[in-house]
Amino acid sequence: MNFLETFKLALKNIASSKMRSFLTMLGIIIGVCAVIVIVGLGNGMSNYIQDSFADIGTNMLQVQVMGRGTSRRAPEEDMYAIMDANPDCLDQLSPLVSMYEPVKVGSETYKRTSVAGVSEDYFAMLGYGVEQGRGLEYMDVVNRSNICVVGKYVSDTYYGGAAVGESIKVGSTRLEIVGVLEQDAEEMEEGGNDDYVYLPYSTASRVSHTGTFGSYAVTVHTEEQAAQGKKAIEDGLYKIYGDTNAYAVVSVVELIDIMTSMVNTVMVVLTIIAAISLVVGGIGIMNIMLVSVTERTREIGIRKALGAREGTILQQFVIEAATTSAIGGVIGIGLGYVLSAVATQLIAMLMQESMTVTPSSAAVLTAFGVSAGIGVLFGYLPARKAARLNPIEALRYD
Amino acid sequence: MSSLIEFRDVCKLYHMGEYTVSAADHISMSINKGEFVAIVGQSGSGKSTCMNIIGCLHVPTSGTYLLDGRDVGSMNRNELAAIRNELLGFIFQQYNLMPKLNLLENVEIPLMYAGMPKAERRARAKEVLEQVGLGDKVKHRPSELSGGQQQRVSIARALAGRPAVILADEPTGALDSRTSREVINMLRQLNEQGNTVVLITHDNSIAVQAQRIIRLEDGHVIYDGDAHAPEAVVTPHLAGGETA
Repeated sequence: MNFLETFKLALKNIASSKMRSFLTMLGIIIGVCAVIVIVGLGNGMSNYIQDSFADIGTNMLQVQVMGRGTSRRAPEEDMYAIMDANPDCLDQLSPLVSMYEPVKVGSETYKRTSVAGVSEDYFAMLGYGVEQGRGLEYMDVVNRSNICVVGKYVSDTYYGGAAVGESIKVGSTRLEIVGVLEQDAEEMEEGGNDDYVYLPYSTASRVSHTGTFGSYAVTVHTEEQAAQGKKAIEDGLYKIYGDTNAYAVVSVVELIDIMTSMVNTVMVVLTIIAAISLVVGGIGIMNIMLVSVTERTREIGIRKALGAREGTILQQFVIEAATTSAIGGVIGIGLGYVLSAVATQLIAMLMQESMTVTPSSAAVLTAFGVSAGIGVLFGYLPARKAARLNPIEALRYD
Repeated sequence: MSSLIEFRDVCKLYHMGEYTVSAADHISMSINKGEFVAIVGQSGSGKSTCMNIIGCLHVPTSGTYLLDGRDVGSMNRNELAAIRNELLGFIFQQYNLMPKLNLLENVEIPLMYAGMPKAERRARAKEVLEQVGLGDKVKHRPSELSGGQQQRVSIARALAGRPAVILADEPTGALDSRTSREVINMLRQLNEQGNTVVLITHDNSIAVQAQRIIRLEDGHVIYDGDAHAPEAVVTPHLAGGETA
């Protein structure tokens, strides 16, 4: 009796009691499905994080200089000196002054529009292009000019697409709009990346009463230099302040790593929980196989009288358990894909963010392998019981 | 003539708690190739034990059992399974067919365990089913047949592997008298075709259909000889009476 015939016999037995077989498989179906969806969610979240940070640029470092005590001396010069001292890894620098003064166009106030004071290099660092007019220039910073560059949303919504030459008020300061940036986000929205007003940081620090100072964006030449760049800046700042609490340097790559590893940790925990349900499913299979061996005692007796060896009976029952479990695994994989697609749609609907739940093929293969393996593992004990039945007693069994 | 089945001083003891029951007590006998022998006895006489030993389902506690010259007593469970498959064709009282399989598949089971290729198996199963007169019902399930027909399927299954011995355990126990006769006639026919048939029964009227009777009581052989001799059907202590 070869493997294929045993397999066919197993299929026949599974098909002959469909309801029972399905209930037996249910534990495996749920377990496999859960593993696939959870791994898919994890992948989706990691991808989402990567995509979100890719906008900022993975060669970006964020520097926060708190300085000593209450000193409000703006240390741009110090930062530029550090840049000049490390030309091999550090590329460009922009101070970053976030302002909280409201924006006024004519007599209307727009509170959700963001305002930031930056350097002339900032747009290049983020890869922003200028669509109309010009960007910020070095002389604007030096002269503390009352000019600004606006995002496309501001231009399109408040100026009908022709903002250059118009004026805008930030707090009580009137600024001349000299340029409009290209659209950045896929869809422009209020409060988004395109609803922005950029002015020279020197102007910002002059006119702002509420702005934050001491923040810098620094780029390195390549992503791989992020760690090296971070160390160069930290060393430079330590020389000035002699205190590691006076500053903080974070690289975007590092942030991605931290968040990805947090997501992974959560996913591992969830996967372990799902895996427990696989074990429970396996015990369900063992339970039903034990019942099945008892029910089929007579059949086993007949087969043994007709010449079945113990190994043949063992093989028959193990294959039956493994087949049951593997079919459950396949159904679970299918259900997992369906639920992943549903989850993707739900996330898109509920959160207005597009995150694709992507089950990995490795997870699918592992889930299938594990479910078949569970069948073999938990089918072995009942199968051994069947194989060792005494044929005389088995034939007498009613 | 060479003996196909030979018991030399065979004993079988069962341990039941503190008691030891001797189901076969120094039985010696031999059955030759081509014989039709009935082993007869009341329940508890040891005939089931004899049948289990002849059928290689049990090994003797002591003594020697030779089947076709091979010493069964020294075999392990897998060797016993192999020899059952090769040399023995079982016919049971309860037919013992697989309800989920059709007649062909049922008859193929012993051939499958013998490792016969599928096409050959199928042809052989068809052939023996035709031989027992069920060639037109090969795709039916056992439950669609009468008791007598089911017993014929079980005869076909016993024949399929061309065994050295056909071992029938109360083959008429579940059948009415007319169907019983049919089954017995079929066994006689098989015997006439050269098969060795061993019939186990408690029923004298069935046993006398054989050529030779071996009568057991309390684990001893009390008669071994011609089935048509008057002593063959007498149970000494009960004055020939039949107990149900």
